[in-house]
Parts: sequence; C-alpha cells; structure tokens
Amino acid sequence: MELPLTKDIPADGEMLDLAAYEKAGGYEALRKGLTLAPKEITETVKLSNLRGRGGAGFPTGMKWSFVPMGPSAPRPKYLVANADEMEPGTFKDRLLLEGNPHQLIEGMALAAFALEAEVAYIFIRGEYVVAAERLERAIAEAAAKNYLGTNILGSDRCLQVYIHRSAGRYMCGEETGLLNALEGKRANPRSKPPFPQVSGLWGKPTIVQNVETLSNVPHIIKNGPEWFKSLSRTADGGTKLYGVSGKVKRPGLWELPLGATAREILELAGGMRDGLKMRGFLPGGASTDFLVEEHLDVKLDFNEVQKVGSRLGTGTMIVLDDQTCPVGMVWNLERFFAQESCGWCTPCWSGLSWAARLLGAIEEGKGEPAYLDQLVYITRFVAPGNTYCALAPGAAEPLQSALKYFREDFELHLSEKRCPWRQ
Amino acid sequence: MCSRTLIGEETPSQDAKMLSPEERQEIEAELARYPAKQAVTIDALLIVQKHRGWVSDETLKDLAAFLGMTVEDLDGVATFYNLIFRKPVGRHVVTVCDSVSCWIMGYEKIRRRLTKDLGIELGQTTSDGRFTLLPIVCLGTCDHAPAMMVGRDLYRDLTPEKLQGILEKYR
Amino acid sequence: MATIVVDNQPYQVHPDQSLLAACLGLGLDLPYFCWHPALGSVGACRQCAVKQFRDEKDTRGRLVMACMTPVAEGIRISIDHPEAVEFRAGIIEGLMQSHPHDCPVCDEGGECHLQDMTVMTGHAYRRYEFAKRTFRNQDLGPFVAHEMNRCIQCYRCVRYYREYAGEYDLNAFSLRNQVYFGRSEDGVLESEFAGNLVEICPTGVFTDKTLKRHYTRKWDLQMAPSVCVHCGLGCNITVGERYGTIRRIVNRYNGDVNGYFLCDRGRFGYEFVNRPERIRRPLLARDGALVPLTAEEALKRLGMLLASASGMIGIGSPRASLEANFALRKLVGAGHFFAGVGEREHRLVGLGLEILRKGPARTPSLAEIEKCDAALVLGEDLTNVAPRMALALRQGTRQQPMELARQKGIADWQDDHVREVAQDERGPLVIATPNQTRLDSIATTFRGSPDDLALFGFAVARAIERSSQAPLEDSARHEQALINETARALASAKRPLVVAGISLASESMLQAAAKVAWALAKSNPQSAISLATPEANTLGLAMMEAPALESAAQTIREGSADTVIVLENNLYRRADSRLADDVLKRAKHVVVLDFLPSETTAVAELVLPAGTFGESDGTFVNNEGRAQRFLQAFVPEEPVLESWRWLARAMAASDRGEGAAWKNLDDVLGAMVSALPVFGPVRDAAPDSGYRMAGAKIPREPHRYSGRTAMLANINVNEPKPPDDPDSPLAFSMEGAPKEPPGALIPFFWSPGWNSIQATNKFQSEIAGPLKGGNPGARLIEPPSLTVPRQPADTGETTLLLRGPEPPAGVCLAVPLYHIFGSEELSSWAPAVRELVPKPYVALNPEDAQALGLAEGQIVRVAVATSSPPGQSKDGKEFSLALKLASGLASGLVGLPAGLPDFREPTMPAWVTISKAS
Ligand SMILES: Cc1cc2nc3c(=O)[nH]c(=O)nc-3n(C[C@H](O)[C@H](O)[C@H](O)COP(=O)(O)O)c2cc1C
Ligand code: SF4
Ligand code: FES
Repeated sequence: MELPLTKDIPADGEMLDLAAYEKAGGYEALRKGLTLAPKEITETVKLSNLRGRGGAGFPTGMKWSFVPMGPSAPRPKYLVANADEMEPGTFKDRLLLEGNPHQLIEGMALAAFALEAEVAYIFIRGEYVVAAERLERAIAEAAAKNYLGTNILGSDRCLQVYIHRSAGRYMCGEETGLLNALEGKRANPRSKPPFPQVSGLWGKPTIVQNVETLSNVPHIIKNGPEWFKSLSRTADGGTKLYGVSGKVKRPGLWELPLGATAREILELAGGMRDGLKMRGFLPGGASTDFLVEEHLDVKLDFNEVQKVGSRLGTGTMIVLDDQTCPVGMVWNLERFFAQESCGWCTPCWSGLSWAARLLGAIEEGKGEPAYLDQLVYITRFVAPGNTYCALAPGAAEPLQSALKYFREDFELHLSEKRCPWRQ
Repeated sequence: MCSRTLIGEETPSQDAKMLSPEERQEIEAELARYPAKQAVTIDALLIVQKHRGWVSDETLKDLAAFLGMTVEDLDGVATFYNLIFRKPVGRHVVTVCDSVSCWIMGYEKIRRRLTKDLGIELGQTTSDGRFTLLPIVCLGTCDHAPAMMVGRDLYRDLTPEKLQGILEKYR
Repeated sequence: MATIVVDNQPYQVHPDQSLLAACLGLGLDLPYFCWHPALGSVGACRQCAVKQFRDEKDTRGRLVMACMTPVAEGIRISIDHPEAVEFRAGIIEGLMQSHPHDCPVCDEGGECHLQDMTVMTGHAYRRYEFAKRTFRNQDLGPFVAHEMNRCIQCYRCVRYYREYAGEYDLNAFSLRNQVYFGRSEDGVLESEFAGNLVEICPTGVFTDKTLKRHYTRKWDLQMAPSVCVHCGLGCNITVGERYGTIRRIVNRYNGDVNGYFLCDRGRFGYEFVNRPERIRRPLLARDGALVPLTAEEALKRLGMLLASASGMIGIGSPRASLEANFALRKLVGAGHFFAGVGEREHRLVGLGLEILRKGPARTPSLAEIEKCDAALVLGEDLTNVAPRMALALRQGTRQQPMELARQKGIADWQDDHVREVAQDERGPLVIATPNQTRLDSIATTFRGSPDDLALFGFAVARAIERSSQAPLEDSARHEQALINETARALASAKRPLVVAGISLASESMLQAAAKVAWALAKSNPQSAISLATPEANTLGLAMMEAPALESAAQTIREGSADTVIVLENNLYRRADSRLADDVLKRAKHVVVLDFLPSETTAVAELVLPAGTFGESDGTFVNNEGRAQRFLQAFVPEEPVLESWRWLARAMAASDRGEGAAWKNLDDVLGAMVSALPVFGPVRDAAPDSGYRMAGAKIPREPHRYSGRTAMLANINVNEPKPPDDPDSPLAFSMEGAPKEPPGALIPFFWSPGWNSIQATNKFQSEIAGPLKGGNPGARLIEPPSLTVPRQPADTGETTLLLRGPEPPAGVCLAVPLYHIFGSEELSSWAPAVRELVPKPYVALNPEDAQALGLAEGQIVRVAVATSSPPGQSKDGKEFSLALKLASGLASGLVGLPAGLPDFREPTMPAWVTISKAS
C-alpha cells in the first residue's frame, strides 16, 4: 500500500527538512512541472480525480480550469493554501504542515504554475505555532534553492509564498471569508457568483485549496493520474488522511486508500475503550451528520457517505460512545457554531444561538417538549440555500441526525428533567 | 488616476510616534507582502499584541493612526477575531480547548481543575497577573484530547493531575 | 422588457434589476431589510426569500433571495408558496429574538419598517424564551439618538454610512448575534449626512434626536411637501407639524434631485421655525423700542406709510420665494425693486446664470451628477456649501469602477460584487480649493489662492482644447502633470462635470469653469457644468434681473425714495455694513417683513411677521434652474402670514393695482408669469389650487391623525372647522383623496401596510426611478444644444480679481472658510445645529504660523489692510481670534469663517495683516 502523503514524515515529530525531502524525491515534480504548460498540469490533476480535502470535495482540476488564463487574464492571480483547520474534530492538516512542509510548498508551486499565479499565501490558524515556524523555515530553504522566487530554476516562472497567520475564527476557513480575512477585513463570506476563481483576492482570480489537497499535487505530477487513481478504492483518486477521536483505544490519524471504511479505521484505533460501546460517529468533523453502527462498512468517499445521509467532510471522525450524552455533545457542537457565526445572515446568527440555548436547556433538565419541534424547525431554517454560506447548514447536520438517531435520549432528558449521564 | 485605498496614501503617519521601532519594522515587513495596505491590519494587531500583551484602546488609536485608518475601522476588525485581546491579559494566556473531542475526552474535568487551581473562572486573570484562562475552539489535536495551550506551547493528553506541573513552568 | 412569472401571473418588467426591485415595482408586497434602493443588494437578512422554479413542471422549486436574483426572461417565482411564506416569517422570528418589543416607547413606533414587515409576514408569537442580548448605547451628538437593543443586524447603517456617505467613524463590531453598530467611543458622528441613518435604519436604533425633544407620532403629524431652505440645491423635504411647531423634517423623494438623502443641515436646521425669538406680531418702533400692533393696525400703518412716501423702494431676498419677491416688486413697481444682495454677489450670480443659459454645457440635476464619471471642482468646498452635491459627487466617483463591473456582466445593484471588482478604485475627481475639503480623500487636490485656482482652470481648459500632449506655459506655476491629468480625465470621460460657485467671489473662477465645460462640450455633448448657489432662491431672484443693493443705496442717497420695504432679508449679512447703513439708516421709513429678529429688523420702523417655509406656499429656483413648489404645512397663529400675502394686503390697503385683487397663490403666479415670461414654466412646478383627485382635496393628515376633537378642547369643546387652504390642492384635514397624488403634492409617503418612509417604493413608477407622473419641478434653464452651430460667448480671462500690485510685506490674503453648521443663517438658529457651530477663529497653515511665531489656540490680531484690492472691503475691521492650524490651507492664505452667527467677517477675499495679540 502506497502512502505518498505521510510515508516520509519523520516518526519523531520533527519536520522533513529540505535535504531529506529532496532525498525522498522531493521537488522532482516541480522540475517536471516547469517543463509542462499550465494547461497540462491542470489536465493531469483533472484526470487524477483529485477532489478537495477541505470538506466540500469539489474536483480540484475542474476548479482550476475556471481560472482565466493566457495573456489577457487579469493579473496578478493568487493561490491560497487553506491551513485554517478549525473544524472541530479535525487534525489532519496539522500533521502535513508540521511533518512535511516542503510537500505542501511543492504542491503550491505546481498549482501556481498551472494557474499562472505568482503570489501565494498560506493562511494558517494562529494556534499552529510550530507549523508556521516550520513553514517559514521550509519557505526559506526552498527559496534559497530557487524552488521559489523569481525565475525558478532558470525558468520564466516566479512565485512568492507568504504566510498569513490568522487571528482566529472558524469562518476564516470558508474560502470567501478567508479572502476577506486575508484582505484584513472582517471575515464575512462573499456571495457567489462571481467565484474566487474569477474574482477573489483584491478582485483578482484566486484559487483556495486545502493543505491536504495541495500536498497530493506533487505526487500526481510525478507519478501520473493513473497511478493516483489506482491508489483509491473508489472513483475519487488518491489516498486520504483518516482520523479518529473520541473514546477509542488509540485515537489517531492514518493515510489509507480513499474508500476505506469506518470499521477499518476503528480497528486501527484498537476499537472502543474497554466497557464502552459505539453509539454513532461524525464521519468527517463537526459539520457532518451522525452515522451509526449500520454504516460502519460504508466506503468513506465523497459519494458513498452522501448516499447514507452524511458527508465525508474532512475525513476525521468523532466517535460518540454509550457513556457520553448525545445531547451534551450536540449542545457542545451547536454552541461552537453559534459562537463562530459571523453575524451576517439572519438564519445563522439567530437560528444557531437559539438552537444552542434550546440544547443547553434540555441538557440541563429545563427543556420543554416543544423544544424538539423547534430544533427540527431550526435545522430546516438554516438549510443549504437559506443562508449566505455553508457554516449554518453544516451546523444543522449533526443536529438533524442526532434528532433522528438519538431521539429517545432527548426525550429522556425532557421526561426526567435532567441529563441521565450526569450524576 | 485617483485610485484610493481605504487607508490613506501617506505611509506611515507621523502621529504614531508611540509605536516602537520594532513594531514599526515588523509591520512594515508585513506590508511588503500585500498589494493593499488594509491587508496588514490583522498582522499589525497581532504584532502590537505580541509586544504589549493586549490591544488597549490607546494601542488601538496608535495603530489606527499609524495605519491611517479610523479607530472604528481597526476595531471592527479587532473585535471580530478571537485571538485579539481587547482586555488586559496575564503574562501567560492559558487557552483550553472546549470543542467536541476534548469535551468527550474530559474537558470539564480539566476546566474544573484549572479554575480551582488558579482560583479564577474562564475569562479571568489571576490576581498576581500571571495567568489568564480562556476557552478556545478545537486545537486540531483531537487524537490527543484533551488539549490546551499556554502561550505558544501546546499541551496534549491532559489529565487533571498533569496540570499542576505544567503551570509550574510558567512563573 | 422581460416577462417574469410571479405566482403564475406573467408580468413585464425591466431586465436590469433584481427580482425584489421588480416585484416591489409591480406593487407586490415582498418584505426586505438589508436591501435599499440606493444601496443595492447584499443578501444578508434573507428576508426577501421566494421560491424559484425551473419551469412549469417544477413544483418543488428552491428558495432564492429575490434581492440577489437578477430578472431573467421567463423566470418563474412564487411569493405565496407556503415554504417561502414560512421562511420569511421565520426570518422575522429570528430578527425579533433580541428585539425589545418596546414599540410603545420607541420613537420609530408607527412608522417602523420592522413593524410593517412583521405584520406582512404574519409572524406573531415568539417561541424564543431565553434571555435577550443587551447593549450599551452611545451619545452620537445632537442629531442622532442610539438605541442598540433594537438592532436587527441588517447592516444597512454601516453600508450607508461607510460605503455611500464615505465616513468611517461608524462600524460593525464583534460578530454572531452580538454585532454592535456604533462608534469606538461616544462622540458626534462625523458625517454631515448622518441624519439619513434615521431613515436608513429599518427600526428604532437610529432616531431623530431633535424630534425626541418634541416627540409626535408620524400619524399625528400634519405634513406637507416642501423644499429645503438651507442652501441652493433645493432638496425636497416633508415637513411634519403638530400644535403649531415643526416637529421634524424627513426626506421627500425626488428622483431628479435629492433621491433618498438629505444633509444634516437640511434635516435638522428646521428648528429656527420654533424659536421663541420668532416675530409673531407686527411691531412698531416707538421711543427706541418695538411695540406690538394688531394686523389691522399694522396694515393701516403700512397703508399710511405707502401713501405718504415720497418714493418707495423694495428690497427682495434670495431666501424668499419667487412669489414673495414678485409681490414686493409689484407693490413698489418694477423699476423700484432691488435684489437683496450686494453688487459683487449680484454680478457673480448673473455671470453664473449667463453661463448656464448660454451653454452648450448643460447644468445637470443632482441625480445626473451622481452619474458623472469625472469631475473638476473649482473653488467650492461643497460639503460645507452645497452639501448634498458633495454626496452626489461621491457617488459619481464610483461610476468608472462600476463600468469595470458592468463589463464583467455585473449589474450596478449587485453591491458586493461591484465593490469587489472595484476594490478601492475611484473615478477621477479633481478638487481645486484654498483649503482641504471633506471630499479630498477620494480626490486629487490642488491648493491655491482664488487666482491660482482660476489659472489652474484656464490651463485645464487650454489643455483640453489642444491635444493634452502640448507643452503648457502655465506648467511653471502649476503642476503640469496635474493639469494634463485633469484635462485627460475629463476629456476621456463619458459624462464629465465641472463644478464651481461663488463662494470665493471670483468671476475668473466662474469663467475658468465655463471655459473647461465649453472645451469639453465641443467634443462631448454630455459635458455638464454645475454651479453651487448659496441660498434657496438665489437663482430665482437673479432671474428677476433687479439691480443690486448698491443701486438701492444710490436711489436713497439721491433722494428719489425715502421708504424702504425689506423682504425676508438681513442686509447686514449680505452686504458691507456701510452699504446696509446707507440703505436702512438714510431712509425715512423702513418696513421689514421677516420671521426672526436681525440687525435689519432692529432698525425698522415697522416689522411684519412673515411665515417661514413651513407656514407659506411658494416657489424656489434651485441651482440647476429648477422651479420647485413648497406647500404650507400648517397655518400659523394669526397674524403671521406668508410675505406675499402681507404684500397683497398692503396693496389692497393702499389700493395699488392688480395685486390688491390677488386671492391666492395662483393669482400671484399668474401675474408673475405675465410680467416676467421667463418664469412661464413655474406654473408647472405643481398643480394649481383647483386641482382635485376624485373630486377631493389631498389630506395633509394621515387617516389615524388623533385627538382632532380634543386638541383644542381646553379652549372650545366644539371642534373647529379646519382652516381652508385657498392656495393649494391640499387640505388641513385627514379627509380627502386617499392616495398617490402627483409628485409635487405628496404630503407624506404612506401606503397600506407601509407605514415607514420605505413606502416611497409605492409612489415610484419603478424602484428608484421617477415618482409616478414624473418628478416634481420645472426647469427654467435649458441651454441650446450644440446642434445649433454657434460659438459660445467668450467672457474672457480679463477680470482676474486680485492680480495687480503685489501686496506689501506682511499682508496676506484672507479667504472665507465655510461651515455646514454655522455659515448658513437660518439653520444656525436651530439648537441642535448651534451645538456644532464653531467659535470664530483664524486659520493658518502650520508652516506659516510657525514662521509668524504663532501657535494653535493663541489669540491673534487680524486687521483688514486698507490696501485691499479693487472692489473689496475698505472696512478696515479688526478682529482678535483664536488661531486654528489648518494643514490643508494653502500657504500664504489666511482663513476666516464665513457667516457664523456671532461673527461678522470682513468681505473676502481681503488683504489682512496678522500679528500676535498683545
Ligand atoms: C465554515 C467553514 C469552514 C471551513 N473551514 C475550512 C478549513 O479550515 N480548511 C479548509 O481547507 N477548508 C475549510 N472549509 C472549506 C473551504 O470553504 C473550501 O471549500 C476549501 O478550502 C477548498 O479547498 P479544497 O477544494 O481543497 O477542499 C470551510 C468551509 C466552511 C463553510
Ligand atoms: S432583501 Fe434581501 S436577502 Fe435579501 S437578504 Fe435582504 S433584503 Fe435580504
Ligand atoms: S476537540 Fe480539542 S483538539 Fe480537537
């Protein structure tokens, strides 16, 4: 089994420095990329069936193909690596950033070549202190070797990569909120169309791509799209960083072929802690619908998870065990979303704070039966299309599925006027 | 002709004598990275906060003058983000993750122990000015939950027992 | 036109708009908050959701925001679909979560867009049971009150304030359901257009603080359409009265003039009407005091004066209506009527009028100025002189960036997209003034003395006429690059505009402006020139072509008249005090009609209490030559009367001609038009008094006007008959024709279910377009277009005001500095405005001050040099004033405030000497 993304990451928690990266074949793809026309790079990525790893799963090559190209295209164009990783339960980009920053930088360079972008930013959350330091170092190393900078390796390609440290908000991960944050503004989202590919940073064509997505690009260019597709067990190409958190024996993160199942991942994690049973799991971060026992064998790829009513999301699952209160967990989630609402559109800022209060009241034994209807109503109220961006619809996902799968737990809170899990 | 940015053209303003040379230098270095001045707003806030611990009203005025923005422009941004402190904080800011995985893995116990040991609630500063305790969203280390940071240092796989030793390191 | 299908009903609508605007334009009720016709769409509130269907077969459809969806041929939507209905009610429920439900004590109650939309969506019972978020309010100054708990986070205030009005001391802070809209700390809002927040805010967060002090519900106001009296632009206003005092002014939409917005002087200056100092009875000077008379006594007295006068002259006023001026002219005879302004202003306005009339550059309406994509301002500090025009010019600078967006297929109303494409780009605006202006941050500026500015203008004109590549002789004195750049920007614009005015009293500057406009017009018929006129009827008075005050003084000096009748004018404000004395102190009898005391009423023998704009009907001619009717809002307590009525009665009392028979305003207008054909179109400014809708008059009072039977019950339990209004088709009553009168006669915007000012939508033929039946006003000036081949008159460059001998050492040129709050006579009487009036000062550039060894705040002696240039004051006045450092003031100049209530500045420009006060 090939593990292109993680195989070279040192086990001791240090970063793979430039020498080691080059030794492992690093920057070969960049050299190859310099010989390719921008269109060829995009085409290769398109053929590889790489889909975005930031949560939405949009086909990456297709996204690039929307960027205006050629001499008449607006300039400068921008590339942004989205290293905000603030979705609760998600901890995959951190590994790539801390362990193998050159892989990301090489991926960014290739993407920039494909887009004719000459400026790139890495938008990284403020708490990722170590990652930012290592990126800083890696950028300096790469620049010293002219993998970055002007006339890269004697070619006519140029690329400046800058790090932008975020001051913290979940909304900054949303790609248009991110653009506003990068421009030094409040991170409210922007309406689409026009899409960032056409009008993004400072009104110029911009591609925002997740760290894991970009980290795949060097391998695709180096080994070809067919190879990449062959890594996967499904139609979506490549491997995926899958993770587990919650009360399993060994929480962790593994690179597996796309289409691995939750059961496999749980096995890697050693199963549930002794004495605990799994009641359900969020397959890919806080804004995905709960799945339960019966879904353990669903292939975790973009389409299959959707078929059973959830989303692959970030691929890092959060496990709910039978000694943790589902209402408490959902309350925790909704409080997060309500707190992170940017305050721009009504359904989100009003609906989520209401939902969080309702859940808090239920959890604390002060709920009324009508609250459940109100919660159901709110999930409809913030449905996709009703709000300005995907934050609130994402918040509805764990809530609506909890109301479906754990209804009796909610009702128990109401009838007993207390949380049965609390002493 | 006549292209104007929100922020005035003349950089940097004379009024901002109160910014230290280091602060100015760092902000100017950031400025070089963006095509528009406004973009440096958040970096600048983080830079002055690094030097001053928090962003007081006076600091905000200095910085706004330096950047040629109104205080409202700057504070509208500052109050949006949670890592910009608009109230005084202690020498060490303890941020405890209260998001879902840490919550499942025992956030409540960690929080209770911290508030007891430090004698303060979330959002408060110890009377000796040493620690400020704040909740924070998921730190992206959920496989090692519960987690917290003290300043720039990350602590993972926390247990209530480990906390004392960790806090001891920060005098 | 495109066909759209709304709830299975096809409609024809304009394609360049959002579905929301289209639906509202069709008269359909669709609620909204974040959208505003002048601000466009951003899709934040989600209130305007409708169902959109792919085709006839699609029954599920999807929710879309009407404000964000462009009209497209064949688009199918449903407003009534149950899911859309439920969602919209849910939005109200969300918005109401923390709303205090304090409507009974809220100033907005009864005219609240949030109330209206709540009723419209049917949301009634709250389900949210938890604590509401609360905020601390701020003191935002004398005009605007702040009550943040009522906020529904629609973001309109900051979008208007920052993006439309261009001021940045109001912002959104924090996030989630806790966004705070305010300043960083308490303090007066910096924008001169902050008052519009009162109408922009759909609920009671921002309300009119002046109204608060004498509060009345909208439905208890008696209202009338009126025209602002505080500058020459003629913004349309609605006046609201109760118990004989004006309670507030709100914007009256006129698609050609002010659109949706007023300046704060116009909105809050009205309180002069309510001053206790008002002259409310005829007064007679007796033994050094003024004693009150009855109206009959006064008329008798006036009749006697007129009969015994050996020669009588009348002095008109640029702040009085055409009708009042004409009535005076009639009374004294055309040959004895004088314009109430000094020779200098008279000449300047005359020159301006000539420039506008001759063309070929046409003078644009304010709405057209908003569309001008490049502009040069010569000499005028617009924000302080003609404020609403500054706001219009600000929008003009968005035209070129918008064009970029249009090229990308983005419609103007797609506000966030336009801004994204435009970024901070601005179209060219060049401002040439002696001091910095509030538009400088979006402009390229040129600083200098009035002469420098005129020379700059001439150089720009020459650069346009030649190819811009040609070398320029002026380049040594004035930056060649800027001249070329300005010329290029104007010449390459689609709709270039030149703005000038008379505030620096420079004929050369007017000539320079005309030259630039003419040069542009040769190749571009869209070129425009706009002149700021200082007062509500400056242009109207000028069109009467009466001689200036100097001639009046001459008449008195010659002894050919011994009696002077002064109409609504304080001559000491408009002329040198010696000249005013010449007229007023030499005459044997002085009669003054006015509403507030002044130096002029102080020397009168007889004072007649005139009605203010709120108490009178009449017509003003604004700076673009648009005649606009203002109608009486209420009948003042006797014996206050409109000036023209006093004069008509005087004519009756002395049996003088035709005027004696005038019964109403139409009679005055009729006489005026036959005597002065230039005013022919004035009658079209509004329907005449005989106009009826469905046989009825138009009520000034809303249906719910309350207490009518009780209002005077302490005096008389019988309900009195409401006063008649012989002058207009409006009635002082709540009975009458119910709705949608012609534009000039709309007493208030109100429509079933639309109690707030947002009801304006219902009166427009399309959203943000003209009022149904056309915008009010009649233009009196339409220059012949260029298609008539002809050379524009060349007024030359010869009258450079201040060229000539260099001033002696130590003498500098003083120029007037204007203040939106303070430089205008009437608004300074309003207590709220008065709070913002600066103290008299003298301004110097910091470097000049340093060279003179002077520091900020220091008391400085300013003396008018006797060597003043030709045509200037020889008053030789002296002042001790606190020094204000003005870094934007051109060096070598001295700035003195113009027109402040407690300060009579010298006639400027003037040579002055500056020294430390001992
Ligand atoms: C509220 C919200 C938060 C998001 N946060 C992140 C994030 O932290 N990192 C990320 O890569 N994508 C995040 N996304 C997804 C981005 O909007 C965007 O789809 C992604 O960066 C595109 O990259 P990809 O195609 O490579 O996945 C978030 C989306 C939403 C709605
Ligand atoms: S009108 Fe429209 S969507 Fe639309 S958000 Fe506002 S007003 Fe809302
Ligand atoms: S939930 Fe705490 S680190 Fe993720």
